[in-house]
Amino acid sequence: MATQTDDSQIIEIDVRTDEMLVNMGPQHPSTHGVLRLVLRTDGEIVSEVTPHIGYLHRCAEKIGENLTPRQWVPYTDRMDYLAGMNMNLGWALVVEKLLDYDLPEKARHLRVIIAELGRIASHLVGMGTFGLDLGSFSPFLYAFREREKILDLFEEVCGARLTYSYLTVGGATSDLPGGWLQKCEAFLEQFEPVIAEYHALLTTNSIFVKRTAGIGTMSPELAIAYGCSGPVLRGSGIDQDLRRDGEERYTEMYDGYAFEVIVEKDGHYPRDHDYPAVPREAELGDSWHRFYVRMLEVMQAIDLIRQGIDRYSTSSGSWGEPIKLNQRLPAGEAYLETEAPRGQMGFYLVSDGSAIPWRVRARSSCFCNLSVAEVLCRNILIADIPAIVGSLDVVMGEIDR
Amino acid sequence: MSGPSFLDGLKAKFGDQVTGSNLEAIDPWIEVSPAVIVEVCRYLKEEPGAAFDYLNCVTAVDYFEPDEKKAAKTKWEPHLEVVYHLWSVQHKHSLVVKVMLPRWQDDVEGQLPEVSSVVEVWPAADWHEREVYDLCGVRFLKHPNLRRILCPEDWVGHPLRKDYEMPLEYQGIRGR
Repeated sequence: MATQTDDSQIIEIDVRTDEMLVNMGPQHPSTHGVLRLVLRTDGEIVSEVTPHIGYLHRCAEKIGENLTPRQWVPYTDRMDYLAGMNMNLGWALVVEKLLDYDLPEKARHLRVIIAELGRIASHLVGMGTFGLDLGSFSPFLYAFREREKILDLFEEVCGARLTYSYLTVGGATSDLPGGWLQKCEAFLEQFEPVIAEYHALLTTNSIFVKRTAGIGTMSPELAIAYGCSGPVLRGSGIDQDLRRDGEERYTEMYDGYAFEVIVEKDGHYPRDHDYPAVPREAELGDSWHRFYVRMLEVMQAIDLIRQGIDRYSTSSGSWGEPIKLNQRLPAGEAYLETEAPRGQMGFYLVSDGSAIPWRVRARSSCFCNLSVAEVLCRNILIADIPAIVGSLDVVMGEIDR
Repeated sequence: MSGPSFLDGLKAKFGDQVTGSNLEAIDPWIEVSPAVIVEVCRYLKEEPGAAFDYLNCVTAVDYFEPDEKKAAKTKWEPHLEVVYHLWSVQHKHSLVVKVMLPRWQDDVEGQLPEVSSVVEVWPAADWHEREVYDLCGVRFLKHPNLRRILCPEDWVGHPLRKDYEMPLEYQGIRGR
């Protein structure tokens, strides 16, 4: 029997596609670890995305209720394992806040050097894997080439390449080794011109711009409502950086350091260096801008480390020996957020007056940054999901804790 | 604006629903009655001088000592605290709001305590409240999607409760 091809109703039934639920992850290469996204799709169009997390949950907070604050430092390394130093710093500061302990000046400069090196290492991975998500393999290798050198510097400082536990309550576990500052300076000298390569490979690459500009645009109101922080918040044009705006206990580390918050203000980014121009297609708050903020922060971190090296080598006094915490903690509670590479990492410590904390809470920046993905990934193409999730730069170890 | 002025403003509007405060603490906190938590949060967000438009964190602390000998020495009655850490992007100031809940609703063990969800004030509370429900066992009323978030859906118990016992077995995997 011949079918009546001119009947519009039959054609309609024939080409209509059904809605389908597709699992993306938990082992998908572009979900940055073990993130599972359940997509409701109609053909190539995604109408709804539901993130499922918890595959890396280790209940670090429960463990924290059974250890002294110094014993818990290694567990913070394993949260954001790409920026272990910055996690250590956040926890050390909140314990110092509870103890009301003031750090010697030299220790503060040491922390600035280490934390900003950690920021560069972390942003390099963020940049490399973002390229990987979008199908460009080479930037990943370029990023890891330089990151290795930072890990070598860290290894010399504390013996570890990933889980450092170096910055701790009271300062750091040891002073910087002799000759380390010269090596660090030599690295910066070599690294600074390399950044132009990254800009050529990704930032200004026309394929990259087409894949990211105008994709996943987040309004400033949305970013604030969902508690986004770090480059995700600043990529939407909100002028907030805890290194300048945070609590005094944290901002005093950066006292006297010259730096501008990387954010688009009055229609332009800071002009302290020669940055590539913003492409015409990009709009504020899209995936491209989040990436751009990260790249500019790498340059800013170099400046901060150089200033830190100057101050560290001219200041006298102790480098900050760790406090012996075999005494009881004072009863009370303290909460402090720091500007980690991926956003505002907060720790909450409740003490009942014994040697181990009564309650420990880690407020993860990626946790909030990822929760906004549900809103950003509505009515988009499947191929744009890696671009959006990659631009949020999440680390599952920190989300699941 | 600082701690005392928020407290005065809240007291003027909510009277004795503001049940306690400690402005000398390391992080000044204000305790309110669970019945008005959503109104208090909306007030703190919309009042121009406060403008707490950013929710940092929601968490819960279980005050319960399973050891009877130690429990006799504690200064508090067993209870559960839900803690909200607020921040204002505009004014760059912060505040802690607390709510006290019983450990179990109507003292029936297994009945989770209840408090209204603040998702309608800050969408950021969505995942935080799911986490508090999952790990500390607090039921948030009118939450759009109150499911476990970190533990598997068929997990039994709330691990951050002080009387939580690690299961012997989960899906054929030995626990202890």
